[in-house]
Amino acid sequence: MQNELAISMTHIEKSYGDFKALKDVNLQVEKGTKLVVCGPSGSGKSTLIRCINGLELIDSGTIKVWDEELQAKKMQKIRSEMGMVFQSFNLFPHLTVLENLTLAPIWVAKVPEKEAKTRAEAMLERVRLQDHATKFPAQLSGGQQQRVAIARALCMNPKIMLFDEPTSALDPEMIKEVLDVMIELAESGMTMVCVTHEMGFARQAADRVVFMDGGEIIEEATPDAFFSQPKTDRAKLFLSQILHQA
Amino acid sequence: MSAVKVKRIASGWEKVLNVVLLIGIAALVIPFVKWAIIDAQFAGTERCTNSGACWVFIKLRLQSFMFGFYETAELWRPILVLLLWAVSIVSLFKVSYGRALRVLPFILLGMPLFSWGLLDGRWFGLSHVETTRWGGLMLSLMITLMGLSFAFPIGLLLALGRMSKLPLIKAGSIAFIELWRGVPLITVLFMSSVMLPLILPPGSEVDKLFRVLVGVALFTSAYLAEVIRAGLRGVPSGQAEAAMALGLSGPQRLFLVVLPQALRSVIPSLVNSFISLFKDTSLVIIVGMFDLLGMVQQANTDSYWLGYATEGYLFAGLVFWVICFALSRFSLKLEKAHA
Repeated sequence: MQNELAISMTHIEKSYGDFKALKDVNLQVEKGTKLVVCGPSGSGKSTLIRCINGLELIDSGTIKVWDEELQAKKMQKIRSEMGMVFQSFNLFPHLTVLENLTLAPIWVAKVPEKEAKTRAEAMLERVRLQDHATKFPAQLSGGQQQRVAIARALCMNPKIMLFDEPTSALDPEMIKEVLDVMIELAESGMTMVCVTHEMGFARQAADRVVFMDGGEIIEEATPDAFFSQPKTDRAKLFLSQILHQA
Repeated sequence: MSAVKVKRIASGWEKVLNVVLLIGIAALVIPFVKWAIIDAQFAGTERCTNSGACWVFIKLRLQSFMFGFYETAELWRPILVLLLWAVSIVSLFKVSYGRALRVLPFILLGMPLFSWGLLDGRWFGLSHVETTRWGGLMLSLMITLMGLSFAFPIGLLLALGRMSKLPLIKAGSIAFIELWRGVPLITVLFMSSVMLPLILPPGSEVDKLFRVLVGVALFTSAYLAEVIRAGLRGVPSGQAEAAMALGLSGPQRLFLVVLPQALRSVIPSLVNSFISLFKDTSLVIIVGMFDLLGMVQQANTDSYWLGYATEGYLFAGLVFWVICFALSRFSLKLEKAHA
């Protein structure tokens, strides 16, 4: 079943008032694919990823996850099987690191508390933060917080992971520790959709790159093809700006 | 510590001001201490003959100040009730948040019912003590605690209602909140005790204290609603989104993620509401109930003990102050613990 579709989006339209955020977007993500979505700010890439788990509602079109259409009724189940990592971490500040990790397993997946703790500790070890279980998020650095956020999502045993600019809010010296965790995750075969400007990550871990601008998908290619021979002028301009920055 | 201490040399005017202030304070404090402690009389059962304060009056009246006209043989009931309240409130803050959340509904519903039942007596097969006999500090505390137990859930619903996207619910919540906030508590009490019986069908007798409780609860809920709403608005939307992305249901997002953060940020305002409600319970005197202050006033009119009103009011003030001060220290501690 190499071609089993994890996510399929067809003819997605979404606007905020007069502003068209997504224009006829079509996207297919097969199981095990690591997809990187990039584009200038305001291009609709965050809106796109937020539509996949229903944080934003689409105006028209269909989104299917594992061949099941996104509907209000099934939303909670679909979300619980899909991890999401945010730009601003969004850890729960009133809970310890361990409680952040066990909250959803206990209340959503109804895992017994002990088992949830064991799993959470294993996930913390995976992101190399096992010594910080009893700390509160405010006591951690940005990079550590983002790794906790990844661990928190992984505790629900998701089949798909969504990353919405996971490194954009980090100090430069902390980006690598987060990317390392993401690369490890990619190597484990997880289906991933990442909105990111980290071209190093895209080259190293992605199977496919989608370039968006003005709410449309402009280019879709393998990382090698996209970086060495972008087809459109807009992509060329974007890449030159990104690379100029780095 | 090797901090360099710079000694400020006071100017001439400042020295004069200091001395004047010190003399002023001494002129107030020394006679008070002399009256309240040195010349005061503590022992005895008769009217005092000394020149200072007569605390004998307070000592003899203490039971009625604390419990009103509650029967002496049955005093274990209010004591037990107040102890249980203390234990359940303290334990709420000792256990983990998840567990506190699970027991809170039982406390909010169970404790008022149990308190009422035990004090009244009939549900437990004990002798019946009418609510008209309840009084003193116990009455103030019961009205505050029971009123808050009902006001808190209603206030939360109103806060959510006011933030709702459904126009009817939103308008209804706003109307309710503004109506109750715009009316003084004394009016609410007066309405509940005098006007309500006129509206209710004849023969349907609702206990006066119960009517007062309902009035207090609704009045307080409107204030709590605005405090809670301020807290809810202060929680970043990313929190609810992260909870949503983990698959938490609407109520789970509210109670596990948003509400604990919201309440934490408004602890000072919440405690403020509690304190003002506790002090406002003295107003029940206008509907013929006697809280601590009411009992003191009553005692002042005792012809044998005429002339000791100062002692009485001072005592009532002190008790109110101690409780309110303890509450505000407690809120400071809570704030620090969750900073």
